Amino acid sequence: MSTTAIETKVALDQALNLDTAPRKQSSVEVTDYNNRQTVGNITVDNPKMVCRGVNVYYGEKHAIKNVGLDIGANEVIAFIGPSGCGKSTFLRCLNRMNDTIPICRVTGQIRLDSDDIYDKSIDVVQLRARVGMVFQKPNPFPKSIYENVAYGPRIHGMVNDKAELDDLVRASLERAGLIKEVDKRMGEPGTSLSGGQQQRLCIARAIAVNPEVILMDEPCSALDPIATAKIEELIDELRENYTIIIVTHSMQQAARVSQRTAYFHLGDLIEVGDTDQIFTNPKHKLTEDYITGRFG
Amino acid sequence: MNKPTPAAGAPAPLNRDIKTIVNAGLKRRHAAERHFRWYGLIAISLGLAFVVLMFANIIGKGYPAFWQTYIQVPIQFDAAVLDPDGKRDPQTLANADYAALVRAGMRQLFPNAQGRLELRALYGLVSSDAAHELHRRVLQTPALIGAEQELWLLASANVDTLVKGNIDRALDESERPIKDNQIEWVNKLQAAGKIEKQFNAILFSNGDSREPEQAGIRGALMGSFYTLLVTFLLSFPIGAATAVYLEEFAPKNRWTDLIEVNINNLAAVPSIVFGLLGLAVFINFFGLPRSAPLVGGLVLSLMTLPVIIIAGRAALTSVPPSIREAALGMGASKLQMVGHHVLPLAMPGMLTGSIIGMARALGESAPLLMIGMVAFIVDVPKSFMDPSTVLPVQIYLWSDLPERAFVERTSAAIMVLLAFMILMNGLAILLRKRFERRW
Ligand SMILES: Nc1ncnc2c1ncn2[C@@H]1O[C@H](COP(=O)(O)OP(=O)(O)OP(=O)(O)O)[C@@H](O)[C@H]1O
Ligand SMILES: [Mg+2]
Repeated sequence: MSTTAIETKVALDQALNLDTAPRKQSSVEVTDYNNRQTVGNITVDNPKMVCRGVNVYYGEKHAIKNVGLDIGANEVIAFIGPSGCGKSTFLRCLNRMNDTIPICRVTGQIRLDSDDIYDKSIDVVQLRARVGMVFQKPNPFPKSIYENVAYGPRIHGMVNDKAELDDLVRASLERAGLIKEVDKRMGEPGTSLSGGQQQRLCIARAIAVNPEVILMDEPCSALDPIATAKIEELIDELRENYTIIIVTHSMQQAARVSQRTAYFHLGDLIEVGDTDQIFTNPKHKLTEDYITGRFG
Repeated sequence: MNKPTPAAGAPAPLNRDIKTIVNAGLKRRHAAERHFRWYGLIAISLGLAFVVLMFANIIGKGYPAFWQTYIQVPIQFDAAVLDPDGKRDPQTLANADYAALVRAGMRQLFPNAQGRLELRALYGLVSSDAAHELHRRVLQTPALIGAEQELWLLASANVDTLVKGNIDRALDESERPIKDNQIEWVNKLQAAGKIEKQFNAILFSNGDSREPEQAGIRGALMGSFYTLLVTFLLSFPIGAATAVYLEEFAPKNRWTDLIEVNINNLAAVPSIVFGLLGLAVFINFFGLPRSAPLVGGLVLSLMTLPVIIIAGRAALTSVPPSIREAALGMGASKLQMVGHHVLPLAMPGMLTGSIIGMARALGESAPLLMIGMVAFIVDVPKSFMDPSTVLPVQIYLWSDLPERAFVERTSAAIMVLLAFMILMNGLAILLRKRFERRW
């Protein structure tokens, strides 16, 4: 137990220590760091979201550097990369959750379908209804299970009467694979569920408003393998109706659930490509180091 | 249990294992811990001792005030005195000489009393309230007129003090408030079972009075009630709204920093300053009446507001950010996030802070002295505009009076005040426990 932990740590350290070294001796096409090109094809045929030249600053700190990326409709795309590289930051740009951080500044263009989401005419309320979010730590409201799921439809006025709302709540719980477990306890507080159940409740809450895109920031990091497997299964099913962006630290998870993978490094989008290709044949040295470091 | 430690102070070889190193310091650590626990215990015992001392003193002095001496007097409701024309006219009944009935009853008890001085001493055994008591009874049951009844009448404060053993009978007659012949009569009455101590309902039903046996805290209680009601109605909504605005909506810049510093400073301003402010603004500028609970409430609101704002902000910041993120992530607007999630979670904390602020306001007297709530007021206030006083000020007023009977009433009033304080703090604790949530 402890030896594997130490090994992992060493591997991780190695991966992180390679930060500067490989950049100098890198044999890949990246030579000018300031004018970096992302390796791989950032565009897709059928994009749901299009990001171009996105920069994010926390005060003076440049957290996301000139990132361009397409997110295809009905695909699951995984964001991977070492801790602090900006995965969450970039993810939170996509539904403007960064607006809540006073020192955070975003430049560049992000489009959802044809709307520029940072345009003045776009209301964040509407945007966040279209781009839902599931957080790293399950965060159900301290209200009943029913109220948790009903909250979104209620504030957006999606239903006309109680019966409709009941149906919507049940359907959402059903799609989140939670209905069997909570059928008899709709009135109990959402916080009384187990961690994995809470996370699925949060997913049910997110899909109850029928968003177009779902952002997931390490949704399984607080869960055990069985709960994780359930959520991964769920993501696979949800792909039919939604576009899903998932941040994960688990390479296996990225490989299992996603079709495309994007590798971030210190605020740069280093490489993006089909998940199979990224994991079997990474083109960039940094990607390769990260992946092999974790696997090796 | 531990292995013998190596001699302390020996140069530590670098390769000494962690167990030895820790063991070497263990004794000192345990000793430090033990000492700290002792200091804590001593501090707590000292504090407790003072609290016990205070309570013992106040209760010891105050509890006799909850009992009051009554004298059984035979009263003839003489129709010739009360209602000479037999019409039962309320006006006539109101103006009738009830005191004469009391005097006659006393003479009947002690027929031997002779002369003006002796008779005055005899009549002085019962309170002047006895006549009012008879009036009240007649109004209630007019059938009493013409009847004879043995009634328990309120004894005067001096008799009460004597019966409670607070007058030294051995003192010379000129040095005590009660005459020799009066003591003799009281002794006789006691022997005949015609003196009794009853629960002192007057304390809770009367306003202030110059006669100790007729003085009560009802007026002060109602004054406190009206004042606190105004304080709560003003300071809680304003304070809560301010806290919500500053914490959730205000931009974080130099102005809000300045406001924050000022609010924190206001919480530390001596309360009498607020009293002066109230005098200058509410009474002199706006022309509101002096001594009115409305003005008292306004002044106490000024004093309580910063406390409520600070407590409210603390309660709001303690709501975990994950709840806010969850709400915003669902597409809730900021107002919805606050209204649906943050405020309900922060409410118990806000209420707790407010109740503690209100408890402080309840015990406040200095600022109210400034706005004239310190007057001698007999009538129980019936509105926010009636002149009134409050409990702590009543205590202050009574504590200044020389009569022994007022000393015990002062302590009794303190007990009532403390009871309300404990009640309010208990309520605060209950609220906190009741609504404590895990998230
Ligand atoms: N609120 C903030 N204020 C200032 N700096 C921030 C803030 N949030 C993130 N950062 C900085 O931005 C960089 C990217 O952070 P981010 O949270 O996006 O990393 P991450 O890739 O999600 O890391 P992890 O895998 O550990 O979650 C980090 O260097 C971090 O210190
Ligand atoms: Mg993160």
